[in-house]
Amino acid sequence: MSGVVMFFMQIINGLNIGSIYALIALGYTMVYGIAKLINFAHGDIIMVGAYLSLVLLNTGMHWSIATLLSILGCALLGFTMEKVAYKPLRKASRISLLITAIGMSYLLQNSFQLIFSANPKPYPAFINLPSLKLGSITISSNYYTTFIVSVLLMILLTLFVKKTKMGKAMRSVAEDEGAARLMGINVDHTISLTFIIGTGLAAVAGILYSNCYTIISPTMGSLPGIKAFIAAVLGGIGSIPGAVLGGFILGMIETLVKAYISSQLADTIVFLILILMLVFKPAGILGKNVREKV
Amino acid sequence: MSSNKVVLEVEDLGINFGGLRAVDNLNMTIHENELYGLIGPNGAGKTTVFNILTGVYPPTDGTIKLEGQVINGKTPHEIAQLGIARTFQNIRLFKDMTVKENVLVSLGVHADYDVVTGMFKLPKFHAQEVAMEDEAMRLLDVFELRDDCDKLARNLPYGEQRELEIVRALGARPKLLLLDEPAAGMNPQETENLMRTIDVVRKQFGISILLIEHDMKLVMGICEKITVLNYGAMLACGTPEEIQNNPQVISAYLGE
Amino acid sequence: MKKVSFKQQLLIELGITLGLFLLLQVLMNLGVITTYWKGIFITICINVILTVSLNITSGFLGELALGHAGFMAAGAYIAAVFSKSIALIPSVEFPLALLIGGLFAMLLGYLVSIPTLRLRGDYLAIITLAFGEIVRNVLLNIKFTGGAGGYSSIPKYTTFPWTFFLAAACVLLSRSLINSRQGRAIISIREDEIAAESSGIDTNKYKKLAFVYSAFFAGIAGALYAHYMGFLQPAYFNLDKSIEILVMCVLGGMGNITGSIISASILTILPEALRQIADYRMLVYSVVLIVMMLVKYAPQFQGLLAKFKHQKEEEA
Repeated sequence: MSGVVMFFMQIINGLNIGSIYALIALGYTMVYGIAKLINFAHGDIIMVGAYLSLVLLNTGMHWSIATLLSILGCALLGFTMEKVAYKPLRKASRISLLITAIGMSYLLQNSFQLIFSANPKPYPAFINLPSLKLGSITISSNYYTTFIVSVLLMILLTLFVKKTKMGKAMRSVAEDEGAARLMGINVDHTISLTFIIGTGLAAVAGILYSNCYTIISPTMGSLPGIKAFIAAVLGGIGSIPGAVLGGFILGMIETLVKAYISSQLADTIVFLILILMLVFKPAGILGKNVREKV
Repeated sequence: MSSNKVVLEVEDLGINFGGLRAVDNLNMTIHENELYGLIGPNGAGKTTVFNILTGVYPPTDGTIKLEGQVINGKTPHEIAQLGIARTFQNIRLFKDMTVKENVLVSLGVHADYDVVTGMFKLPKFHAQEVAMEDEAMRLLDVFELRDDCDKLARNLPYGEQRELEIVRALGARPKLLLLDEPAAGMNPQETENLMRTIDVVRKQFGISILLIEHDMKLVMGICEKITVLNYGAMLACGTPEEIQNNPQVISAYLGE
Repeated sequence: MKKVSFKQQLLIELGITLGLFLLLQVLMNLGVITTYWKGIFITICINVILTVSLNITSGFLGELALGHAGFMAAGAYIAAVFSKSIALIPSVEFPLALLIGGLFAMLLGYLVSIPTLRLRGDYLAIITLAFGEIVRNVLLNIKFTGGAGGYSSIPKYTTFPWTFFLAAACVLLSRSLINSRQGRAIISIREDEIAAESSGIDTNKYKKLAFVYSAFFAGIAGALYAHYMGFLQPAYFNLDKSIEILVMCVLGGMGNITGSIISASILTILPEALRQIADYRMLVYSVVLIVMMLVKYAPQFQGLLAKFKHQKEEEA
């Protein structure tokens, strides 16, 4: 394989993992924008989505219904999680909310470990379309499906937030919760909806991810979750285009570092990027600076 | 009452927030032991002036001199150490610390024992802690808060929380004390008591006080000099009589 | 109210420490406390150091630090490398190794504190998490200490007296720190950073102090651990370890040193005493985190608690 072909293959890999990061980062960024909470458990929703779809597929269900049900299941989980664990703490300190979110993440990981055991399980990949040939480069169907589905969902989400009434309500709650409430917006519903959409997207990410890697485990969500969070910070947390941009940039950096520098140091480099970003431009690429009111 | 020694001198002070000119061309001179009022309608930029003076926001232009030393660009804690202490419009106490500890925090800035001395409870630590505690109690006496010294600050009634904030500010041993609407939320009786105590504090501690109020009548009674702000700009400056008779002030207030 | 003088307080503290030590030591010599349980006591002491030191940053300073295992790992590895490569008499070598472990972690704590100064709570938590992961990743890649395979044949210097007295020192020093002007400055930052600044507190300086202090003791705990186990693996110092320390800290009460000692002891003994629940350890931890936060801070629970108290008062 020539160097150029190799490089293009890496770009495609980067786009693939980047689109998954972007999907997860969207949920992070939306929830952070509205509830001012880093939902640590968000990454674990990927895992829940993967296991739900595995169980449903194993019953012989058609993949489309299994996928739909998994997304609904995750959305329901996200909704419940917010109502039970986060909503009561909305007035409490940030640190207590964050600790609860960490607890949630561990609760999901460990309860799934008890149900399904810690051992990884094979995942019956169902995306079996013909591969795409571009000259000497072959792109397998999961890769382009992941990319297309992600981009499509991002466009839909952007349209939803920009054009619909509910989307506008979301943006106004993110801007100023008190003012939104005064304008007659139901803040509780808006926050619930944000969690539902965010976790739904994470479920899609989980299913796409499992189709690519075909092995799932209870801790599969934590690392992509953290990386997606880094992507959200990179793009500017609270910003939807920022999350997408951050996701793709991070996926690309990670893939290229793995291919050309060191696969073992890839995570270290990603974490260093996070630290440098937070030190020098904490608002991210597309985010805006907020000053605390005195 | 006040001497001629200048404590604070503000020259052509201004700040921009994005495109908004929040404070424009403000000049102010506060003398030693003077009680100075900063008044103006809501949104006139009074609290912004406080935030600039205490280093929370760096001014866009102009200079601030404390006893002749330029303090623009210094951090809030440096300015506090140099001698400007303040209270906040929306009370900011250390709520889960006791009343006494709240005062000890600002007093502690003037103690000089180091971490190791404190960790190993060396003699210097004892001596300074005992002295600080005495001073804290004496300061609490000014507002009759001594008996509440072991209560958590969050458990004090609203009015006393405002008073504790003043005590904490006094603990920083200021030359100039900035009070941001200290009587907000108090009834007329409480307000009158507070104003009297503020006057006592000024005399007893020999400090200058800059007081924000939007109620003009209140300030007229006790302040020796007043600056009126409107839309971030200085509308008038002078003695209470001069302010009362200033046509621009009258129209700004009555025209509201 | 008559107050106990500083001197009396100090004597009481030292007396309790020494008494407890003698009691445990006698029980160990008599064989009432078996070698197995002696090991558990050593682990408890190490966990007390970790929990109390984390409490300084997370409980008193109020910043969630998720990289405590990273400081511990740094201290453990540096101390192990030192005592494996230097040949001195153990009674000189071991204290030096402990000190070096603590100082190295302290240095890292200082480095981590620099970016955190400009950031708010949740970003800071993420930075410390990233730091912990970086330490672990770097250790995985260092061939010289065995990488993922582990670093073995570290001299087993750690004894019960060493760990006990270091844990006691950590507890007593932390308590004095908290009751000093520096400690009050640290707490005031948790309470209201802006008010602290305007009271003259150099918030950056005290944030650094808290981080450096906390990292120092985490490093010492790591060094003790290294010379207790005789073997180190990067995988031990993962995020789960940091979370475990956090759970001990949260259960004992953020900002409560006595609570930290009790919860570190309980959470160390529990999985040992009840082997059946050992599998559920992390699950229990996660529930502890969520429930503690809800009970402490959710208005709904507080209403319930107030009702309960009221009922009890009526009965009495």
